[in-house]
Amino acid sequence: MDIVTPAVGQIFWGGLVFLILLVLLAKFAWKPILGAVNDRERTINESLELAEKTKEEMKNLQAENEALLKEARAERDQMIKDAKEIASKMVNDAKDKAKEEANKVLVNARETINTEKAAAISELKTQVAAFSIEIAEKVVRRELAADDKQAALAKKLAEEINLN
Amino acid sequence: MILKNSMVLSVLTLVFAVGVSFGSHASHHEMEGNELAETTEEAIEKEFNAAEHALHHALDSYEFHFTDDIVIPLPVILWTDNGLVTFMSSEFHHDNDGHHIVERKGMKFVKFHEKIYQLEEGATAVAFDEEHHPTNAHKIILDFSLTKNAVTIFMVAILMLLVFFSAARFYKKGGVRAPRGIAGWVEPVVLFVNDVAKENIEGDKYKKFAPYLLTVFFFILFGNLLGLIPFLANPNMTGSISITLLLAMFTFIIQMVYSRKNFWGHIFAPPGVPVVLYPILIPIEIAGIFIKPAALMIRLFANITAGHIIVVSLISIIFVNQSAAWAGLSVPMTLFISTLEILVAFLQAYIFTMLSALFIGMAVETSHH
Repeated sequence: MDIVTPAVGQIFWGGLVFLILLVLLAKFAWKPILGAVNDRERTINESLELAEKTKEEMKNLQAENEALLKEARAERDQMIKDAKEIASKMVNDAKDKAKEEANKVLVNARETINTEKAAAISELKTQVAAFSIEIAEKVVRRELAADDKQAALAKKLAEEINLN
Repeated sequence: MILKNSMVLSVLTLVFAVGVSFGSHASHHEMEGNELAETTEEAIEKEFNAAEHALHHALDSYEFHFTDDIVIPLPVILWTDNGLVTFMSSEFHHDNDGHHIVERKGMKFVKFHEKIYQLEEGATAVAFDEEHHPTNAHKIILDFSLTKNAVTIFMVAILMLLVFFSAARFYKKGGVRAPRGIAGWVEPVVLFVNDVAKENIEGDKYKKFAPYLLTVFFFILFGNLLGLIPFLANPNMTGSISITLLLAMFTFIIQMVYSRKNFWGHIFAPPGVPVVLYPILIPIEIAGIFIKPAALMIRLFANITAGHIIVVSLISIIFVNQSAAWAGLSVPMTLFISTLEILVAFLQAYIFTMLSALFIGMAVETSHH
């Protein structure tokens, strides 16, 4: 039967065309296509790996960040606490200083007052002494106005000296 | 699973083809009885012979026959005792019964049943015997004519170059990009075939054979699909035994050239088999070497040819019954079979490639699994 009889012409042309086609396609189609697909596969794999790695890194970074944040928060709290302490200390110090100053002023004032008082008293004493001498002079002058009385006194004074 | 289905399909189609061919023989004899009264042409006109028509359709031809009015003649190239002879097939004036003689370099040629015969010295007309075989003419063996199938081979090659070169251009631009345009269509199928090679051929060796398998797959696929396009003279290129023989031979040659010790060890010293059975097993194994490519050849040929025959036969229902009303049955059935044939086009390309990969994989294997 014709239908199952191979024909030389078809085998010849088929073989020729197929072999040329094979060479051309292998070089200019299959190689670039499969090469590009392989490259892409590799790139995708690498990208996925990188993504996984980045994710891991991000996780670590996040944990680190959290720790850092925690630390920062603690530090801040500490700082606030310290500042508060310092502030209250400063206020207390200021208060103490003010008190001290006030005391000093008070002491000074008291001293001044005392000095002034002493001065005033001493002046008063001097004044009183002067007055007393004046009075005594006047009294003596009047007493010694008569000669007998002068003699009596001199006598008496002399007696007193003798006794000693 | 797929293999089993394809075998069932192959058996069915073979049965069908055989049935059709028997029918053709029967009607042939019938016709000869009438030949006394009328010429063959008149007989064909009077009685439409569906089987002959379908078989004729599945054969190669020296022209592209779109309709009876639109026929593209093709160059006839013959290597004869007197050297190269070329002329256009239109010189036969559509004669296919050996009546019209073309003379070149003192040799007479006729076309009979889609074959070119050379008349013997001195003969002026073809004489037939009782079996309707020419008695004074011989077939030209070295017939390198660009027949319908030969031209289809070129068309398939050009189509493949266009498609895959333009796809490859996308990849040559470089950079990692998702495939687009024609590359987006081509890439999944290329990868599919590449995976078929990878699965069946050990280790990294598949890379050496993937280009062959890819070319075979798309050559068969494009040929199958080109034969299914209506109004394009439906060339039956991949349903031609010459082409399937050629492709099976390629697989066989690759298998032989790259075969390793392990492959021959399985044939001449089947492991795990008692030596007593060697006389039985070794001949079977040796036969198997040749049966495998033969099965490849027949499977593709039978599937595609059967598809063409079924389509023409179903359309012929209208002409056998000589009533357009039968189109109501014929057209839906043809449509169904044509759609099925698209599936078969892919399936057969896949099976041929997969089995080729399997056979090559068996031949190049170096370690036991």
